[in-house]
Amino acid sequence: MNTVFTPSPGAAPLPRMIGAQTAYEVRNLLRNGEQLLLTLIIPVALLVLFASAPLLDVGPGRRVDFLAPGVLALAVLSTAFTGQAIGTGFERRYGVLKRLGATPLPRTGLIAAKSLTVLLVELLQTVVVGAVALALGWSPHGDPAVAVLLVLVGTAAFSGFGLLMAGTLRAEATLAAANLVYLLLLVLGGVVFPLTKFSGGLRSVLELLPISALADGLRQVLQHGAGLPVRDLVVLLVWAVLGLALAARFFRWE
Amino acid sequence: MTPLAVDVNGLVKRYGTNIAADGLSFTARRGEVTALLGPNGAGKTTTVEICEGYRRADGGTVRVLGLDPRDQALRARVGVMLQSGGVPTGARAGEYLRLVAGFYADPVDPALLLERLGLTGVARTAYRRMSGGQQQRLALAAAVVGRPELVFLDEPTAGLDPQARLATWELVEELKAAGVAVILTTHHMEEAERLADQVVIVDRGVVIADGRPPELTGAERQLRFRARPGLGLDELLSALPPATMAKESPAGHYVIEGDLVPELLASVTAWCASHGVMTEDLRIERRTLEDVFLELTGRELRS
Repeated sequence: MNTVFTPSPGAAPLPRMIGAQTAYEVRNLLRNGEQLLLTLIIPVALLVLFASAPLLDVGPGRRVDFLAPGVLALAVLSTAFTGQAIGTGFERRYGVLKRLGATPLPRTGLIAAKSLTVLLVELLQTVVVGAVALALGWSPHGDPAVAVLLVLVGTAAFSGFGLLMAGTLRAEATLAAANLVYLLLLVLGGVVFPLTKFSGGLRSVLELLPISALADGLRQVLQHGAGLPVRDLVVLLVWAVLGLALAARFFRWE
Repeated sequence: MTPLAVDVNGLVKRYGTNIAADGLSFTARRGEVTALLGPNGAGKTTTVEICEGYRRADGGTVRVLGLDPRDQALRARVGVMLQSGGVPTGARAGEYLRLVAGFYADPVDPALLLERLGLTGVARTAYRRMSGGQQQRLALAAAVVGRPELVFLDEPTAGLDPQARLATWELVEELKAAGVAVILTTHHMEEAERLADQVVIVDRGVVIADGRPPELTGAERQLRFRARPGLGLDELLSALPPATMAKESPAGHYVIEGDLVPELLASVTAWCASHGVMTEDLRIERRTLEDVFLELTGRELRS
């Protein structure tokens, strides 16, 4: 009997599978209220609030020139780390990753789709945060390619630790821990509060955080027009290698 | 000759000291429905998950469509419906099915499949807002959308209402008619009796019975009736031929087994008449699969 169910098995080409998964993930992120709050509303609100009101001393120069790079770093953190950890943690908990494992989409394809999703959302965040900053009088300097490089390495570092958390902890624990880390890094990572406010010893430790390296690196380039901020880049690279290696080693799919 | 859809031989799987499969063997053919039955914890899901490539066997051989179950090439040829669903909670039904269809070269039209399973009305509804039955049917649709040669359905009708169960059964029958091999785990004996060409009863990690439903239930018939509880069965048996057996289980439900000739029926009803016992639902029938199942696996609750 010939019906619609007459077997005709075969996988779609890999790029088409990755494209389908990416489109799906982006659509779902943009529909998710909590995710939008985290990735767009909070960064933009912080930018507008601290740029317009003299609530804290951010050093010499215009406030928005100090704030915009920090808020961009926060945006990268929120998408690559917090959002990805929570989203993937719940996908693991509800057997979504397990079920995807039974489709022709290989794990490498799923990871590619998740990475592409993160980059697309970051692009959207950059456009929105950048537009708001420009409206507030931001005048960026430096080589945009260096800023992109910093963002890419930072994304790799945050993704590694986000996936490590999602793939090892219970989904509820990931939710709590990812939000706590986000909050701590927001306050302690030189995003809107300059690290110069902290005492020397503490400051030299905080400077080694990935968020501090990304915020400082972006600031060196975009605020001060510096070349390649080598120290910040090295800090980010170490975090990226560490995070991705740990995630590859300890991630549990179910 | 095309290989068997599933060929499991002497499968062993241990979790620490707990043995989930202890030399388990069965085969499943294309164009047939094979039902795996067994009490909770019998080893059904472990066995199915090894066939799906999720877990490694500790011993024995498992071939799926002639290949190692972990072979990535099987992912495009085998459809899977997990007990847990595995659909993202925020995904809309239509969107999710289109996504899964996008992983295959020649999928069934997702809109057609939604229609067939009565899901068109919830195509734009998020998975978490769908009823349990709708969620089950979406997981079923995702298992068959890629036109697989073999599908594993883990308790596909658990918790479904009668209409949804019927729609699922009709879909399984259509898959079978199309030549697809269907492996079904279920607790629903009526479902196995209706759908399965082959029934495999698993208990404590081994296959304890295996065959076509009529082979398992046998040609033996029983006389069953209901009456007031506590009839004197010893006295009844003394009025019947020596090899006859009688039991009351549960209270008020009687089963007589033996050489079911017309005289036996007459003797039973005559005995009832002489004791003023009015019988209800008096019938002569074959054993059901449920009888066979309970006989083989015992009636006591498992802890």
